[in-house]
Amino acid sequence: MTSTKTNDALLFVAVAIAALAAPLILAPFGAGYPDLMQRFAIYGIFAIGFNILFGLTGYLSFGHAAFLGVGSYSAVWMFKLLSMNIVPAIVLGVVISGLFALLIGFISLRRSGIYFSILTLAFAQMSYNLAYSVLTPITNGETGLQILLSDPRVLDGPSNGSLPVTMLFGLEMRDVFWNPTVFGYELQFSYGYYVCALIMLLSFYISMRIFRSPFGMMLRAVKTNQNRLSYTGINTRPYTLAAFVISGMYAGLAGALLASMDPLAGAERMQWTASGEVVLMVILGGAGTLLGPVLGAGFIKYFENILSKINSNTLDGWFAFMPQGMGDAAAWLVSPFVGSGWHLTLGVLFMMVVIFLPGGLMEGAQRIMNLVSGKSRKRAGEATASTPAE
Amino acid sequence: MDAILLQIVNGLDKGSAYAMIALGLTLIFGTLGVVNFAHGALFMVGAFCAVVMDRILRLSTVSVDPTRTDFLGNPLKVETPYVQTWFGDFGATLINYSVPLSILLAIPVMIVVGLAMERGLIKHFYKRPHADQILVTFGLAIVMQEIIKAIFGANPIPQPAPDALRGALDIGLWLGFEANQVIYPIWRFVYFIFAVVLIGGVILLLNYTTFGMVVRAGMADRETVGLLGIDIDKRFTAMFGLAAIVTGLAGVMYAPIVSPDYHMGMDFLVLCFVVVVVGGMGSIPGAVAAGFVLGILQSFSAMNEVKAIIPGIDQIIIYLVAVVILLTRPRGLMGRKGVME
Amino acid sequence: MSGNKLNRRGLLKSGAVLGAGLAMPTIFTSSARAFTNEPTGSNVVLGFNVPQTGAYADEGADQLRAYQLAVEHLNGEGDGGMLNTFTSKVLDGTGILGKRVDYVTGDTQTKSDAARASAQSMIQKDGAVMISGGSSSGVAIAVQGLCQEAGVIFMAGLTHSNDTTGKDRKRNGFRHFFNTEMSGRSMAPILEANYGTDRKAYHLTADYTWGWSQEGSMKTYTEAMGWETVAAVRTPLGATDYSQYLTPVLNSGADVLILNHYGRDMVNSLTQAVQFGMRGREVNGKPLEIVVPLYSELMAQGAGENVRGIFGSANWDWKLQDDGTKAFVKSFGEKYGTPPSQAAHTGYVQALLYADAVQRAGSFNPCAVVEALEGYEFDGLGDGPTLYRAEDHQCIKQCLVVRGKENPTDQYDLLEIVEIVPAERAGYPVDHPDFQGGDLGACNPGA
Repeated sequence: MTSTKTNDALLFVAVAIAALAAPLILAPFGAGYPDLMQRFAIYGIFAIGFNILFGLTGYLSFGHAAFLGVGSYSAVWMFKLLSMNIVPAIVLGVVISGLFALLIGFISLRRSGIYFSILTLAFAQMSYNLAYSVLTPITNGETGLQILLSDPRVLDGPSNGSLPVTMLFGLEMRDVFWNPTVFGYELQFSYGYYVCALIMLLSFYISMRIFRSPFGMMLRAVKTNQNRLSYTGINTRPYTLAAFVISGMYAGLAGALLASMDPLAGAERMQWTASGEVVLMVILGGAGTLLGPVLGAGFIKYFENILSKINSNTLDGWFAFMPQGMGDAAAWLVSPFVGSGWHLTLGVLFMMVVIFLPGGLMEGAQRIMNLVSGKSRKRAGEATASTPAE
Repeated sequence: MDAILLQIVNGLDKGSAYAMIALGLTLIFGTLGVVNFAHGALFMVGAFCAVVMDRILRLSTVSVDPTRTDFLGNPLKVETPYVQTWFGDFGATLINYSVPLSILLAIPVMIVVGLAMERGLIKHFYKRPHADQILVTFGLAIVMQEIIKAIFGANPIPQPAPDALRGALDIGLWLGFEANQVIYPIWRFVYFIFAVVLIGGVILLLNYTTFGMVVRAGMADRETVGLLGIDIDKRFTAMFGLAAIVTGLAGVMYAPIVSPDYHMGMDFLVLCFVVVVVGGMGSIPGAVAAGFVLGILQSFSAMNEVKAIIPGIDQIIIYLVAVVILLTRPRGLMGRKGVME
Repeated sequence: MSGNKLNRRGLLKSGAVLGAGLAMPTIFTSSARAFTNEPTGSNVVLGFNVPQTGAYADEGADQLRAYQLAVEHLNGEGDGGMLNTFTSKVLDGTGILGKRVDYVTGDTQTKSDAARASAQSMIQKDGAVMISGGSSSGVAIAVQGLCQEAGVIFMAGLTHSNDTTGKDRKRNGFRHFFNTEMSGRSMAPILEANYGTDRKAYHLTADYTWGWSQEGSMKTYTEAMGWETVAAVRTPLGATDYSQYLTPVLNSGADVLILNHYGRDMVNSLTQAVQFGMRGREVNGKPLEIVVPLYSELMAQGAGENVRGIFGSANWDWKLQDDGTKAFVKSFGEKYGTPPSQAAHTGYVQALLYADAVQRAGSFNPCAVVEALEGYEFDGLGDGPTLYRAEDHQCIKQCLVVRGKENPTDQYDLLEIVEIVPAERAGYPVDHPDFQGGDLGACNPGA
């Protein structure tokens, strides 16, 4: 068996290459435009962070979207008050959401199991409801917090009549710096995506180190048998609380990045469905695995953005090569699953994955790998399958 | 005083809905140990049974009335329901009573849907982690509501109560208040009484029949009951069907209060999880009690006097209460130790 | 899907990029194009961003149908609809500026976040030069902000809050739909004529921006005619059961209940208010009345017979008798079998107005379009003589006061028009205090 270290290094390099070449890799799938790639990276960060809590300790938080929302609001306020530079915004987003997570984690971790889940859910729903209504002076309610011409922005000075854009020391996030055409696909390399990708890689690396550290071992011990751990005289609370705060900060980072790429913070980011989404991402990808959450995040965001945009017109285009009647029939068959029916596809996919791939997408990848590597290496395959990519 | 009385009555019908859904949820959880995120969808399917019944009763013959025109200027098509052509006034009465009549449709539908869900899907997830159960039932919930949306659209579909049960009662008069001070819609009374009967029936079934005794024994210790040679699985499956019926009927009768739309299941889902957990996982009286308590508290928090003191309290009260109860009573109001901790 | 991507950016630029090739990482700023997504091929892409999931999905679907109809008419297919009645005659059914109109669609989910993601993908991936749609003010304002930043035109769909053309107005954004101020102005005289000047009003208001906006306008105009506001209570958005908010109305001594709710909220609150026997119950010697400031056909359908006799306002109704409306209802009805909703109408008109502005300006450049639309006067689109006001990008036009019909002939005939309020009375001065604090800023062509 090769050492975990080499495997990890290989995995990291593979992820790094994939992330850096994303505009090229994703273009044929129609996903190679900056906004969606940024979302892949950002929700990847969110899911990686969630996985540190859920994958390692088994504590299922149903309120992590609250931290994402808090991170976003903090970041947008930084843009409004201080500067359009994303560094202070991200720093503040992470710090505030960390503090918020400390508070909520301290209270919620007094309970475990579903009682913990409901406590986190309750806190997140309270945040959402208040952000939508009573806290409107801070959150701008339903419309969401946006930057305005009249904001003070003490460091940047008054704006010149058009809305300022977010930047990193002068590099504008939305700027496409290189726009080559490869194999007929027009690629878009933007600063915003690379900022997100680099931060995602950093987050991935940190999460990898946490997984391999004694601290990570301790968290896994909590998941396996918390009682036994307590009987040996170890107080598990500090460990679980630390994991909770770290994953809360990841969520805050994701929220702040979201606002950095598109300076808007809406209350829906804190709704229970958003919390549920990250749970789905992690389970779908494979909870407790390193790469799984990122895959799950990409999977869900891809379907949300691509499927919902397919309309009858697009379908006619796809099936134009078929004879008239057959094309119509095909379009009729497919249409309930796309456009306004994209939720249906998502629901069916959730079910399929859970039914046939209990370990999430990572298990699917594992099975394919085993198939490819063939029977001669069957034993090795079994050995890795028993510990899915941990 | 009359305002407080009104809010208590208000809380009762809201609480009835919560209690019935939570009862179904906790039955499934207590017997099968499954966290069922598709439970809200059962409520929605129930409500749509009322819509379907209404549509069936209104199946119509189409005749053209040349004296009137539709919006394009073509002759107006007039629809006459078959039941009306066949039975005359009695047919019209049938249509009028479509919501209560839907119970007859809802019971078989809910049994079929419930058993199909349990045998077809959930059965395979008993041994899987709760997270997997959540994901697969959530997926199922989405699929169910999208199918409803594809058929019935996203707009709410009005399902009025029968004419005879449509007005409001002046209950203040009975209690010595002035006229017009404490009034309450008749249908909500019907709903409350319906809930009491249904919940009472389930509790009687569980406590005073052999079937119920076996089920409760199975809930407490499934393996031992199995060792005694009793096919507990079959009974648990029956309980799933029962839970589906309770939830579905809660939905049918709720249709005149909130017009059914495809998203209503999700709206109730989270709330009812909170209710179940506040009541204590797996505790049937706990779920019922928590349903009514939260319903009444929600009503109280909406009073202007309360909102004046704490703005926005009506929007968060349920969650706030959940937090307080869970911090003071670790397993909710009546939860047992060791369940889902 | 990649077909139109090949030809949508400047020839100049793709040539340059091809020349530079992959090996040379030229720092390519967008200086090659004159403005965001300049259409250079034989077609132009418009983005229609409507709710396809969630509570407003049906409204979004109807709006989308209207957009598809508009595209057909612009491309010279179908019967031409309102192109025949529109006072501007520059559109001739050959697309826009000779380019065939293509469109992409997206799902806003009625969430500002999702709506922006969807609009972003239309701009970045599909090369849309104009985004239109939306069935909620929050979403419209969020997407309007995005379009301003990205440098494309936003033609707002169904958005009724004052803020869209008030404090959140943007140079690149335009609204045809009316707003809460115009609702209040239009309804006040009718309410006075029917219910008198001595009334006590109780407001139930959905607790978010649009609700507050609507409540504010209704208060202003009802108080001006002598009504007293007993209470204004905020209800959570998306609450399904309003009983706990309705019962205090009974003891408050109020004799008018104003429901500042929209969509499903209104359907439920109105249905339940009627259940509580509120309509017509004797208070202060007068029958208690319910008022719903903003109506839509779908809401009337959802509330069923509960809407009968209840006043509200609307932007447009298919039963109007002008030529524009007739032409639109005919082509929409023949294609889809139902009369169009006001959401569909505003979407259709916005698409036409954009196309017309481009045609008149002779360019897709957002700044040229802004110039062509600002202060533009037109007629024949179903709303009487209309002005796209330059100062705030709001259409100043007629509005309708409508009432739930007592004896509808079919399921579409739910509202009757009580009065067509002319633009002079529905319109408001641009320095109205409820619309201050905003700044159009400069037009942004992107790039």
